[in-house]
Amino acid sequence: MNAAATIYAALIAPFTEFEFMRRALAAVVALALGGAPIGVFLMLRRMSLVGDAMAHAILPGAAIGFLLSGLNLFAMTTGGLIAGFSVAILAGVVARSTGLKEDASLATFYLVSLALGVTIVSIKGTNIDLLHVLFGNILAMDDATLLVIASNATITLIVLAVIYRPLVIESVDPVFLRTVSRAGAPSHLAFLALVVINLVSGFQALGTLLAVGLMILPAGIARFWSRDLTAMICIAVASAFVSGYAGLVLSFQTKVPSGPAIILVSATLYVASVLFGTVGGLIRQMFPGRHLEA
Amino acid sequence: MRMTAPVRFRDVTLGYDRHPAVHHLSGEISSGALVAVVGPNGAGKSTLLRGIAGILKPLAGSIETGGLDLRDIAYLPQTVDVDRSFPISVYDFVGTGLWRRVGLLGGMGKAVRDRIAQALAAVGLNGFENRAIGTLSGGQMQRMLFARVLLQDARLIVLDEPFNAIDAKTSADLVALLRRWHAEKRTVLAALHDMDLVRANFPETMLLARGPVAWGLTSDVLNVENLAEARRMCEAFDDSAAACAVDDLPSQAA
Repeated sequence: MNAAATIYAALIAPFTEFEFMRRALAAVVALALGGAPIGVFLMLRRMSLVGDAMAHAILPGAAIGFLLSGLNLFAMTTGGLIAGFSVAILAGVVARSTGLKEDASLATFYLVSLALGVTIVSIKGTNIDLLHVLFGNILAMDDATLLVIASNATITLIVLAVIYRPLVIESVDPVFLRTVSRAGAPSHLAFLALVVINLVSGFQALGTLLAVGLMILPAGIARFWSRDLTAMICIAVASAFVSGYAGLVLSFQTKVPSGPAIILVSATLYVASVLFGTVGGLIRQMFPGRHLEA
Repeated sequence: MRMTAPVRFRDVTLGYDRHPAVHHLSGEISSGALVAVVGPNGAGKSTLLRGIAGILKPLAGSIETGGLDLRDIAYLPQTVDVDRSFPISVYDFVGTGLWRRVGLLGGMGKAVRDRIAQALAAVGLNGFENRAIGTLSGGQMQRMLFARVLLQDARLIVLDEPFNAIDAKTSADLVALLRRWHAEKRTVLAALHDMDLVRANFPETMLLARGPVAWGLTSDVLNVENLAEARRMCEAFDDSAAACAVDDLPSQAA
């Protein structure tokens, strides 16, 4: 077999031969388009761990949906959305109406949500298979799931376009936004809602534990290659897509589970960016070149 | 430029946790006035300006801005809470001053871009358009913030110690901008510590020490006795202070 054929067999054939791989690839495109821009804003607003906390907040909602109606994707998504939105909005409202910092109030609410979910599950007492909620299964995308993920990505991009300016202004100078507009609070809540729907998308594919990975890691990568917000968002989307694609190939060829494979590829890109990135990368810092004239 | 309504203080008390920082202030700032707010640290200058900007709600009384919309007031706080690590260019940052005009989705046409360029030129920041805000020096940062105030096109401009840690050249440039706003009949209030600068540029002065010590023409206000009295003011809150009884006095017939 010649080289071209080998490359074709390794990189392209899995997707032409197997429908489940094509579906997985479509899911990865949607996840990259929706999640990566959200991740960039999470990072710039110093909310990276908020995404992680929200992922925990969603879990009990999804579990309740699962208990009520079995392995019904719509019920689980709705449950996750309700739990996530409740926690996000309650935390946001408490932080805005009292002096409590957002992270502290969010921590409280997501812990309560988690405890509530575990309690409900244990009262029901069924030995449910939540493994796929925990770790996701991007290789088992049915039409309904794909549709949910694609819709979520579409909603994300549209809403983000609308709240983009207040979101940027609030990130850079919150007091200024408060003095010129009342759009701050609504756009912040809309942003938290976008975080939630992207996490719901992510947990179908990667599971609750890794859902936040395709949001935060690409954002971290982008940070090392550009100082411009638009460029950062584009780089984040591109690296999320590359991670998804390469992760799927890796998973197909080596039997590494697909979710972890995607995140591990992303992590490799991240390490490379930390080392070789043109903006603050370690190598660049060690060999900065001669100082300029002015 | 339309004439602005005056800013009226109606027995206003502003403060934190029920402790007054500005106590029972009444009076009026006529429209188009250029007023310096002076007083020792802790006198309530920032608190008063926050109240006027609508960020702090009065504990009692009211501040009337004569139907001015929130967006008709430009407020520059003392310590600007700008995240300087955020990846935004000077041009885009200054452009946010046009929020009122372009809003959520409004286009940034040639007219808008020209205004941003003019504002940058007015504060002497030509050539800084594409610099990230994190790379600016303190003085350049203040120039950039003034450019944003310029674009806000506000009828009431409230500046909290705008010339702190700013060199003479920069503050002279920015004072020129204040004078321009005054000439355009905008109402301008600025909290300041530099008495020479106040005497040279501000027709009217409010000397504050929790309550107003003196308020009127700058030459009348800034005399030795008034300044000495302002300095005697006690800064610390009294944790065991009783509720202020002035509000409970029988009000005189209106």
